[in-house]
Amino acid sequence: MHQATTAQEETRARVSLLSIFWVFLKIGAFTFGGGYAMLPIIQREIVERNQWTDFKTFSTFLVITQSVPGTLALNCSIQIGLHLRGLPGALLATLGVILPPFAIILLIAAFFLPVYQGNVYVQAVFYGIRPAIVALIASAAVSLGRQLLSGRASIVLAAALFLIALLCNLHPIAVMLAGGLAGLVLFRKEAP
Amino acid sequence: MLSLLLLLYWTFTKIGLFTLGGGYAMIPLMEAEIINRYGWLTAPEFLDILAIAEMTPGPVAINTASFVGFRVAGIAGSALATLGVVTPSLVILLLLGRFLQQLIRNPHATLFLKGLHPAVIALICLAVFSLGQEALTDLTTALIAAVFLAVNLMRKLSPFLIIGLGALLGLLFFPY
Repeated sequence: MHQATTAQEETRARVSLLSIFWVFLKIGAFTFGGGYAMLPIIQREIVERNQWTDFKTFSTFLVITQSVPGTLALNCSIQIGLHLRGLPGALLATLGVILPPFAIILLIAAFFLPVYQGNVYVQAVFYGIRPAIVALIASAAVSLGRQLLSGRASIVLAAALFLIALLCNLHPIAVMLAGGLAGLVLFRKEAP
Repeated sequence: MLSLLLLLYWTFTKIGLFTLGGGYAMIPLMEAEIINRYGWLTAPEFLDILAIAEMTPGPVAINTASFVGFRVAGIAGSALATLGVVTPSLVILLLLGRFLQQLIRNPHATLFLKGLHPAVIALICLAVFSLGQEALTDLTTALIAAVFLAVNLMRKLSPFLIIGLGALLGLLFFPY
């Protein structure tokens, strides 16, 4: 037990800030599709390939990643950076993950926006892509619902919040706070 | 200009702070702030940016923030919007790091979170509803959305494939 801890401490001290930045730069540059698609790739890079943490530590990061606000990939990367090299590690991991998408989007925006409005073929392409995106968001609602809604009470709560928000035109933040407060009351009995 | 940059930063900080569950969970809030409140984008433009975000590497929230920021206020806007999305994660994880383990095991926090999840689902459904009204402008687009949703629910396809097929169908059936 003691030996294992020392071994891990040693790995932790060996990881240079530059390699943290580099690994997260790769993650930012080559993973598509956001959150749930990125987490397994982060796991492969950090736990399997570089062995910077064991799986147990990584899974505690995953729990926190999904329980605190923010982008999933980012929450996970910040915790790993922090774990390896404290504040500088966390900042470099963040910078690594956001730099490639930021740069790529700037390039696309600079070249794409000028042709975006005038070109009829670009408009035709997006005419077909828009309903595809709506379908993607709708499937995300279904799969996230299957994953997060457990039990009748949470399904009823989701339906009720949907109707109230639709009818009263509530701001999303108000809907979330209402949901959280309703959770405190509704799920109290289920709690152990 | 400075106030616009600060407004961008603050808006995306809010979006980062109230994103729970990642990915599409931040769409409802983005829609409320970017389209309805400030009019920085129209709904069709927002959908187009989501498509671009899905096809480029990196977290969708970062891609979207960079794009909207650039559209509204150039490179500086892009940088500030991106920093805004990142800020809540950094602050919460750096300041509360040590206490988070205990905090998420706190029974009240767990119950609150359990109530937040249905709210997030309800909000995504609302976003489908409102963005759908903007994207499904005729029978063709309604059919594209319906067929893609049905197929994707039966067998999960890569977003790339869905967007690529959408683009192809758009080129074929656009009312030129």
